[in-house]
Amino acid sequence: MLSATEEPGPARPVRAAIGQSLTLAWRSVSRLRTVPEETVGFVLQPLIYVTLFVFLMGEAMAGDWRTYRDFALPGIAVQMVVLSTLGTGLSLNTDLEKGLFDRFRTLPIARTAPLLGAVLGDLVRYGLSLAVMAAVGAAIGFRPAGGVLGVAAAGALILLFAFSLCWIWTLLGLKARTPSGVQTLATLFLFPLAFGSSVLVATEDMPGWVRAWAAANPVTWATDAVRALLSGAPAGREVAGTLLWSALILTVFLPLAARAYRRRVR
Amino acid sequence: MWTAVRMPSAGDRGRFAIEAEDLVKRFGGATALDGVSLAAPEGSVLCLLGPNGAGKTTVVRTLTTLLPPDAGRASVAGHDVVREAGRVRGAIGVTGQFTAVDDMMTGTQNLVLVARLNGFSRQAARNRAAELLDLLRLSEAAGRLVRTYSGGMRRRLDLAACLVRRPRVLFLDEPTTGLDPRSRGELWSLVLDVVAQGTTVLLTTQYLEEADRLADDVVVLDRGRVVVTGPPRRLKQRVGGRRVEFHPPDRSRAEAVARAAAALTGRPAEAEGDVVRMSLEDAAAFPDLARQLIDGGLTAGEISLGYPSLDEVFLALTGGRNPAGAFPEGATRAVRD
Repeated sequence: MLSATEEPGPARPVRAAIGQSLTLAWRSVSRLRTVPEETVGFVLQPLIYVTLFVFLMGEAMAGDWRTYRDFALPGIAVQMVVLSTLGTGLSLNTDLEKGLFDRFRTLPIARTAPLLGAVLGDLVRYGLSLAVMAAVGAAIGFRPAGGVLGVAAAGALILLFAFSLCWIWTLLGLKARTPSGVQTLATLFLFPLAFGSSVLVATEDMPGWVRAWAAANPVTWATDAVRALLSGAPAGREVAGTLLWSALILTVFLPLAARAYRRRVR
Repeated sequence: MWTAVRMPSAGDRGRFAIEAEDLVKRFGGATALDGVSLAAPEGSVLCLLGPNGAGKTTVVRTLTTLLPPDAGRASVAGHDVVREAGRVRGAIGVTGQFTAVDDMMTGTQNLVLVARLNGFSRQAARNRAAELLDLLRLSEAAGRLVRTYSGGMRRRLDLAACLVRRPRVLFLDEPTTGLDPRSRGELWSLVLDVVAQGTTVLLTTQYLEEADRLADDVVVLDRGRVVVTGPPRRLKQRVGGRRVEFHPPDRSRAEAVARAAAALTGRPAEAEGDVVRMSLEDAAAFPDLARQLIDGGLTAGEISLGYPSLDEVFLALTGGRNPAGAFPEGATRAVRD
């Protein structure tokens, strides 16, 4: 007979899977300590975004950087995280090349735990970036009418949206042969997604066909929702739209990524 | 250190820890495995020997549930690798050709991660990590990023990760490729320690010396087929004959001794530097030959009788097809009984 130590056979597999995912997320988060250059990047990123978009472009876009700050900051937060989600696909692809995932796949753990763990770990980093962004915003005089609750709700919504987007890049990371392949392919999606939106300019100012794209773009929905939450305005429609988009992306890409993961043979 | 490892109970003995029947695997048009069958009894070391591209890694990936076979069946630790993949994963440890450790984590963090994934509590994971680091003499490097480790240290850490849960069956895919001779020797003794505690080991190698040193049974693979199976000793017998080797006291006499030996036995003898080698059909002819050589001035300790080396076996079995570079210099020479 097999002894108990060899066949852990968790009584509650879902709970075990969550625990395994969190352990693997810890791996991703532990890099914040052991790879300081990545950490510095995540912390400085918000500073660069704010400087670039608020101070450099603010006067030109709105005549007054303070006005533009209040308009653009919510969108910049969304955009920063959206662009960062690409990193999930890149690091996944690198891990696959190194054979680390083969180890995970031969451990008696839930099949999806390594993927879920990587994504959850990245969410912690995005959360860190968002916290720094909020601090930078406060430092340059951004006072959202939505208050602390509005900020917290906005942050949570951004992370949820990012969680769904991560699965697109996870799929790419599993399908592409090299990290640079991931980057090239992802940029094709990312730029129209991140910039063809209401992040930097109001959609009303765009020419017809661009406006049609921007209005449908999930990033626009997320940006508008975050704007509404931060300003304390009624946000129901925008938040619902963002949640719907997130659910849609998850429904399509989570199973695809899980399937690609099962089939991936190094 | 190894006292805690579970010995196979009486009921396990005599069973096969690894069994494969007619495994077939195709990649596109290429057939990687063309009906591979093998078996390893509990607590034994099975060595898959073959050149690059013979299918060794594909066998390992199939047996470790990473790759479903196209045909055939296999079981590991009594569980089917396809239908009971989860149970197989609960009983095995695997190190691939590429060390599966995270460069950007410390040695300790790597082992704690694997232990936690294996269901260890935080404290138990830390204890087990420390225990294994100590066992594999990595304690001093425990807090350093794996990025700074040498090749030998990475292999040891990789092996430690496999031992976290004390596997019943351990798979080592070319565990010593790229290691210097000292690290290789260290890894061998670690493997023998693990086996001594009842773990079954399947290892692949291109090094004949490795197979000779570690294996209870050798499976020679070539182009996805099993060429021959058996204990190293029997494989060598199969090629036939015995090998005699003698070292004349001074180099200049090697040619003369070779000629004398050839005259005595009627078989060719070759002088190579200060060593003379020849083969005998029958070991019974050896005492006579030895006595005459000693009478002629050689001392007894300089004459030895042995089996052909595994590389001779391999060459004979694969029809002389010795793939370039498959058997590095040094490995081919080292096998001597």
